[in-house]
Amino acid sequence: MATTTGKIVGVNGNLMTVRFEGAVSQNEVGYAVLDESRLMSEVVRVQGRNADLQVFEDTTGLRVGGLVEFTGELLAVELGPGLLAQIFDGLQNPLPRLAEQCGFFLQRGTYLDALPRDAKWAFTPTAKVGDSLTAGETLGTVPEGIYEHRIMVPFALPGVCTVEEISPAGDYTVIDLIAKLRDDRGEIHDACMMQRWPVKIPIKAYEERLRPKDPVVTKIRIVDTFFPVARGGTYCIPGPFGAGKTVLQQITSRHAEVDIVIIAACGERAGEVVETLREFPEITDPRTGKSLMERTVIICNTSSMPVAAREASVYTSVTLAEYYRQMGMNVLLLADSTSRWAQALREASGRLEEIPGEEAFPAYLESVIASFYERGGVVRLKDGSEGSVTIGGSVSPAGGNFDEPVTQATLKVVGAFHGLSRARSDARRYPAIDPLESWSKYASVADDELVANARGILRQGNEIDQMMKVVGEEGTTVEDFMVYLKAEYLDSVYLQQDAFDPVDEATSSDRQARVFGVLSNILNAKLSFADKDSARRLFHQLTQTTKDWNRVRMDAPEFEEIQKKLESMVAEVAHHA
Amino acid sequence: MRKVYSQIENIAGNVVTIKADDIGYKELAVVESSMGTSLAQVIRLKGDNVSLQVFAGARGVSTDAQVRFLGHAMQVSFSENLLGRIFTGGGDPRDNGPALTDNLINIGGPSVNPAKRIIPKNMIRTGIPMIDVFNTLVESQKLPIFSVAGEPYNDLLARIALQAEVDVIILGGMGLKHDDYLSFRDTLEESGALSRTVMFIHTASDPVVECLLVPDSSLAVAEQFALEGKRVLVLLSDMTNFSDAMKEIAITMEQIPSNRGYPGDLYSQLASRYEKAVDFEGAGSITILGATTMPGDDVTHPVPDNTGYITEGQFYLRNGRIEPFGSLSRLKQMVNGDTRGDHRTIMNSMLQLYADYKSTLEKQSMGFRMSEWDRKLLIYGADFEAGMMDLSVNISLEDALDLGWKIMANCFEPMETGIPTKVTDEFWPKDAQASAKDEEKAPAAETVGA
Repeated sequence: MATTTGKIVGVNGNLMTVRFEGAVSQNEVGYAVLDESRLMSEVVRVQGRNADLQVFEDTTGLRVGGLVEFTGELLAVELGPGLLAQIFDGLQNPLPRLAEQCGFFLQRGTYLDALPRDAKWAFTPTAKVGDSLTAGETLGTVPEGIYEHRIMVPFALPGVCTVEEISPAGDYTVIDLIAKLRDDRGEIHDACMMQRWPVKIPIKAYEERLRPKDPVVTKIRIVDTFFPVARGGTYCIPGPFGAGKTVLQQITSRHAEVDIVIIAACGERAGEVVETLREFPEITDPRTGKSLMERTVIICNTSSMPVAAREASVYTSVTLAEYYRQMGMNVLLLADSTSRWAQALREASGRLEEIPGEEAFPAYLESVIASFYERGGVVRLKDGSEGSVTIGGSVSPAGGNFDEPVTQATLKVVGAFHGLSRARSDARRYPAIDPLESWSKYASVADDELVANARGILRQGNEIDQMMKVVGEEGTTVEDFMVYLKAEYLDSVYLQQDAFDPVDEATSSDRQARVFGVLSNILNAKLSFADKDSARRLFHQLTQTTKDWNRVRMDAPEFEEIQKKLESMVAEVAHHA
Repeated sequence: MRKVYSQIENIAGNVVTIKADDIGYKELAVVESSMGTSLAQVIRLKGDNVSLQVFAGARGVSTDAQVRFLGHAMQVSFSENLLGRIFTGGGDPRDNGPALTDNLINIGGPSVNPAKRIIPKNMIRTGIPMIDVFNTLVESQKLPIFSVAGEPYNDLLARIALQAEVDVIILGGMGLKHDDYLSFRDTLEESGALSRTVMFIHTASDPVVECLLVPDSSLAVAEQFALEGKRVLVLLSDMTNFSDAMKEIAITMEQIPSNRGYPGDLYSQLASRYEKAVDFEGAGSITILGATTMPGDDVTHPVPDNTGYITEGQFYLRNGRIEPFGSLSRLKQMVNGDTRGDHRTIMNSMLQLYADYKSTLEKQSMGFRMSEWDRKLLIYGADFEAGMMDLSVNISLEDALDLGWKIMANCFEPMETGIPTKVTDEFWPKDAQASAKDEEKAPAAETVGA
C-alpha cells in the first residue's frame, strides 16, 4: 500500500524534514531508510510539500536526499492475547526478545512483533454464525494467564456486523483467521485474535461512561483514608527529587486491588524499572496466588532512550489499558513521570520552532495533558459489565516548585492530588504525602465525618507546632499541646507506613476502617493531664503500642489484645476528666 | 576521494555553514584554515546547507577554509594503550604521547537494553566513613557531588578514585582550571594510580565545543572496558560546565531556551550520559561519580535540579565535609544489609544523634541553658565531626563501625541512644561503660517496646 515516498531535505536533532510526493496525513508513520535499517518516525507537521517528522531513533547518519517511505497508517499498537507479563519499549518493541537478538544495547531500527506470531492460544468461540455484533463485542475467549481474554470485534469496524463465519474451538495463533464479519454495506472483514489500534485515539467501543465512585484500594492508609482514588479516576503525585514518587508508585503497583497494572516508566531511571522487572516475577500476588508479573505490563522508555519514543510510550500504555478495560477489567495505569513526557513535547516543539509558552513548554501542553487523563474512566460495556482505567501520573516539577506548568496543567484535570513534600521525606515520614496540601474529590474507605475531623486536628496541630517554634513549649497551653500531640500521634501511626514491614506495608480497607475508627475515638477523647510531660509520656506509649499493632496481622490473637490495651490506656486518662 | 569544500557561507559563534550534499547527520569533517586544523561535526542539515560545529572554535576560520568530510561520526580509539594516557575531549593526546588511531569506536552509542540490566549488588569501598557507612556507594551507581565553587570537590573525587576498589578509572574533566587538571594528574601519578587511569581533559581555556565531547568519549571508553569485564569508575567534573557549554551552543543555534537559558533537552542530554552507568550481566560495570557545582548554592538551579532527578542520590559537599543531611545514596539498601550486622544501626542512630546535636547547637546559640543531655550531645557532635566527617579520615568500613560504637560509648549510656537492647548488648564496647556519668534523662521512647 505504501505508495507515498519522500526525500529528506533537512535534519535537526530528532526532527527531519521530508519533501514528499503524493499524500501524507498528520501523525502518519514513515520510515527513513538508512543503509540496511529503517528508522521509524511520525509526521508532526506538514507545510506545503514538506513534512516534518519526529524520528523515534538516533538520527546520526541520515542524509539529505535519503529515502523516506510513508506507511499510510498512524502510530499503532498490536492488541491481543500475550500482552500480559511483557516488557515493551515506547513503540511496543518487546525488550527481552530484543535483547536476545541484539545483546546488551538497543540497536536502532530493529522492530520486533509485539505479539509473538508463533504462540498458539486456545480459542473458544462465543458468537455464532448469524449473530449481529458491533465493535468491541465478544467473538470468543482465550485464557491468558489468570484471566479470560476476550477476542473482540475489531474496534474500527463501523456499524452492525453479521458473523459470516467463525472458527471452531481450537488452538490458533494471533494472526490466524478466526471470523469473517459482514458489515451493513455488505463488505466482508477478516478478524483474527490480534488487532491494531492507533495509540493517539481513545478506544470508544463501549455503551457509556460512568461517574467514578468506588475506591481503588491501594492499601496505603494515607491514600485510601485521606486522599482516596476512585476506580476510573485520575490522580497525580508531584514531588521534588528524592521525595519518593517512584517508591510510592512501586508500592501501589504491588498492592493495588485491580486486575491489571500497566507501568509506564517514561523517561525515568532505568535502574528503577529493573527493580520492578526483576522482582515482580518473584513476588506472589496474594489475590491470585500467581506471580505479580502475570497481571503487569511494563512499558519502559527510560531517560536515555530516544525522546520521541518517550512521547509515544504514554499513549502506548494508555491504549493497552483501554484494551483490557474493554474486557471488563479494572486497569491501573501508573505513569512515571509525566513531566518527562511533557519535556519530550517541549523538545519537539522547540525543534519545530513553535512559539513557546511558559518555560518554553508548547502552548498546547494543557490540552494534551487533559486529553491524556481524560482517557481514564469507568465505562459500561456493551454486554453490561463495567471496566475501568485508573490513571496515576507522577510529576517531577523543576526545583520542586508546584507552580510550574506541568503540575498546574495536571492539577486542573485530575481528581486527586498527592503532593509529596521534601520536608516530610527529610524527616523520614514516608509516604511523604503532605496531609495539609493534598486533596481528593473521591470517596474514602473511612467515614467522611471522621476523616474531616482528623484533618482538622492535623491542621490545628500544625499551627500549634509553628507557634511553639516561636513561643516554646512553656508558652503553650496544655489543651493546645494535647492537640499537637494528637496530630503527631495520628501522623506517626496512621499516615506513616513502613514499606519494609510485611504487615504494615499493606493495609486492607477493612483494617483501615477499623483502625481509623479506634484512632478517631482516641483523637476525640477528652483527656486530662497534670502536666505536659505526663501527656507526652502517654502519647509516646500510645504511639509505640499502635505501631506494634500495625505490625500484627489482623487475624492474629494479639490484634484484639492490643486494641483493648489501647482503649484502656486512653480510658484511664479520660476517667480523670 | 572525498570532495573538499572551500566556500563557507556563514559563521556564527563556533558554528559554520557550508553548501554541500550527501552529508550524514552528525558526520565529522576537518576544517583547515590559516589558524590551524580542527575537527567539526554536522549539527544541522537544511537543504544543501550543512551547519558544522567546529571543535577548536571558529575563531580565525576564514570563508575560504577547506572543509573535508570524513564519512563517519565522532570516534575514539580504544585499547589497553589508553591506560595512563591523557587526551583532549576530541581524543588528541595531551601528554606528548603518540596519537592513537587503532580500533576506533563510536562515541555516544545506543543505550543499554533495560532488560539486560541487573539489580546492583556490590558495594564499592572508598575508605571514607561518610560514604561507606552512611551513604554507601554501589557498583553501577550514578552519583553527583553537589557543591559550590571553592569547595574541594576535585580533591574528593581524586581521593575516591585512589581509594576505591575498581579496575579502571576514567577521568572526564570539563572546564577544569589548569591547576586542577595538573593536581589531578599529579595526585594520580604520585599514588601510582595513573597506570590504571585514562583522562579526557578539557580545561577552561580550551574551545568550548570540546567540552561537549568529554563525557561521551569517557563513557564510550568506559563501556568498552566494562564489556571486557573491568569494573570502571568514571569521574566527571564538572557537569555544570558541560551544561553551560550546551547552553552556549544551543543559544548560538538559536534554539528556544527553556529555563535560565538552558536548552529544553537538558534533562535528556544529562540523562543519556548518566544512564551509561550500568552493571552488565556477565561482564563489568560502570559507576559514575560527577561533580555538579551549584551556582549560588541553589539546588533548584536547572543543572543540579535535573541532575537530582536522574542520579541515584547525591552527596552534598559543604565546608569541606560531606553533609550527612541531604546526602543520599539511593542504592545503599541493596548492599548495607549484608556488610555487618550493626551497619544499619550505626547509620541510623549516629545520624539521629547528630541531628539532636544540631538542634542543641541551635539552642546554645540562642543562649538557652544547656542540660546534662545537651552537654553530652555537644561532646558527641565534636567527636562525630572529627572521627567520621573529616575528609582526611581513611579507614575501612569495619573500623569505621567500631569507631562509631566507641564515639557513642564515650558520650552516652546504651539506652540513651535509642538502639534496641539486643543490638547494644552485642556491640556496645564493654570497657567504655564506666566512663559515662550519671544516667538521668533517658528518652521515653523505649519504655513499651516488644
